[in-house]
Amino acid sequence: MSMKRRTVLKGLAASTAVLAMPAVLRAQAAPFKIGLLTVKTGPLAQGGIQMEQGIATFLKQKNNTLSGRKIEFISADTGGNPAGAKTKAQELVERDKVNVILGPLAAFELLAITDYVRDNATPLISLAAAEDVTQRKANPFIIRPSATSAQCCHVMGDYAAKDLKFKRAITISEDFAFGYEQMSGFLRVFEDNGGKVVKKLWPPLVTPDYTPYIAQISKVDCVFNGFAGSNPVKFMRAYADLGVKAKIPLLAGWTAMDDALLKSLGDEAIGVYSAAWYSADGQTASNKRFVADMQKDYNVLPGGYSAGMYIAGQCVEAAIQKLGGKADDRKALADALHQVTLTDTPRGAIKFDKYGNVIGDVFIRKCEKKDGKLVNTVIKKYPNVSQFWTYDEKAFLAQPVYGRDAPPAKNLEQ
Amino acid sequence: MSLWLTLAVNSIALGGLLFLLSAGFSLIFGLMRIPNLMHGSFFMLGAYFGVSFLAFGINFWLAALASGAAMAVIGGLIERFLLRRLEGQILPQVLLTLGFAFIIADICLMVWTGDPWQPTTPTHLQGAVQVAGLFFPIFRLVIVGVAVVIAIALWLMVDWTRLGAMIRAGVDDAPIARVVGIKVSQLFTLIFALGAALAAFAGVIGAPYLSVYPGLDFEMLPLALIVVILGGSGSLLGALVGSFLIGFLYNFGQAMFPDLAYVILFLPMLLVLVLRPQGLFGKVVS
Repeated sequence: MSMKRRTVLKGLAASTAVLAMPAVLRAQAAPFKIGLLTVKTGPLAQGGIQMEQGIATFLKQKNNTLSGRKIEFISADTGGNPAGAKTKAQELVERDKVNVILGPLAAFELLAITDYVRDNATPLISLAAAEDVTQRKANPFIIRPSATSAQCCHVMGDYAAKDLKFKRAITISEDFAFGYEQMSGFLRVFEDNGGKVVKKLWPPLVTPDYTPYIAQISKVDCVFNGFAGSNPVKFMRAYADLGVKAKIPLLAGWTAMDDALLKSLGDEAIGVYSAAWYSADGQTASNKRFVADMQKDYNVLPGGYSAGMYIAGQCVEAAIQKLGGKADDRKALADALHQVTLTDTPRGAIKFDKYGNVIGDVFIRKCEKKDGKLVNTVIKKYPNVSQFWTYDEKAFLAQPVYGRDAPPAKNLEQ
Repeated sequence: MSLWLTLAVNSIALGGLLFLLSAGFSLIFGLMRIPNLMHGSFFMLGAYFGVSFLAFGINFWLAALASGAAMAVIGGLIERFLLRRLEGQILPQVLLTLGFAFIIADICLMVWTGDPWQPTTPTHLQGAVQVAGLFFPIFRLVIVGVAVVIAIALWLMVDWTRLGAMIRAGVDDAPIARVVGIKVSQLFTLIFALGAALAAFAGVIGAPYLSVYPGLDFEMLPLALIVVILGGSGSLLGALVGSFLIGFLYNFGQAMFPDLAYVILFLPMLLVLVLRPQGLFGKVVS
């Protein structure tokens, strides 16, 4: 009897093992779902299409399999507005039940969904820059391998004051949050190093002609611009046409001189300095593969939008590798994403601070013409730049988030 | 001082471009009472056509004319086969033209991608004139010249030709014009095609300094609307005065009261709508 019972137990154990095997196989067969929130229609489509190309290139290189898990990729077009971002995030989470969301593109889209992804416990890897999502309102489900708005602008403020020895500057950027955060980051570091921002210009997001603003620029050593989308193309042409560029050097944030934008620019871009967290001529092995594949498949030079999503893909891969079978646990995945450290990404080595924001290199580039083509040549590398720059984290967070007049500009002149 | 001078010259340049854009809009609206919400799309699509022609190495002015011609055909077809069925029905016309605006925007995105295109200024028009230490791009002055030439040509056509007389008759009273034997329907197609062609031409001419990108259509449409409401629909003089007025308001408004840029642009329009609904130079429609 006891023998029999043991046999039965053995049999049970065996059958459990047999049952368990397909369970593992089932888990392996159920694909890991990556949802992309991007913009494929409307004025922001340019960056959005590049985002999709970036992650598509990564998944193709990996043969749609990350750390042994089959990947199912779902792309959603938000139309580039907060309401669309909310709707599409809901679709990805509730209908498609994605494991992780990549994107969105714009800060106001990210702000519209940050509470939603927290409440629904869905990890999100952001490209959008809204500062507070990884600062005063840090969200345990969000990491950002791109940069905060000001992360590169701090660096530009430092470079302009110390290396270029500029004393007086005018800032110009779109009249919205991404512009405020960029310009204030520049202003703070530039003024802390002895510079003066004497005028701040805020053209509306939609400005057919920048001449009225450019006409107000004079008597400074440099102009720092933070335009995004297609605006930098218009702005820089007008800046050169009006003869200002010949007299006053132009500095730019990463979106204004993104490598992907170079083909739309002409000689007016030569000599422009920019601070960026990604540069297409980066020398890491993964960047060389990435640039080669982007050129082969899409005939484009990649910029930050596509690199950001490629790196997001690498973060997902690293997190799955760490978690193994537990990657389907959304909370564990979010935590694992925060712990990711990578040595070989297209932008170099990265890790994340406890707020989920990237710590990585930032490059100062100067635009040059080589063999008839515009290139952003890296002239200086600032290693391991944090979103807090060199400031003390607590003191930084105790101040209000960067805004149109925060920190206040003390040296404005009429 | 130099700021004001730069702004003044630039106001005139922008006014010239706006006139090219809105002259056609004004005629279409005045004659056919069609609120053509795809006028900005004609501008953008025309600019994209121009960019493609230029990529083949075609001369800048030829590219602008060719783009205008292509758009005339497209505009004519849309009017003849779609809009004509909706004659006199404002709401369906609004919806149809708005729908087309979205369709054109998506097609442009598909064909020309989301990247901004900025054709180089034609070589012989590059550079700037320097007056009293001020730079001013020659090309923008050329735009003013072109606008003036086209304004005169349109004025001659409307005021001094048989065709112009028919158009004026159509604007004043279409049913009576029909009764006296004017083929108003053909006239409509012609005017619509002409308006589309002018918008496309303006798109190409404006491209070297506005650049071409998704969303350009809905940036230009409100400007055309304000110009026509200010100037009065169906009146070329109104479109001309309105364009330069908006050119000045836009430039000086943005420089002096940047926070109120749109208020300054749209407030005059509201005032005109309330105090003089027919516009500064429009006729009272019975």
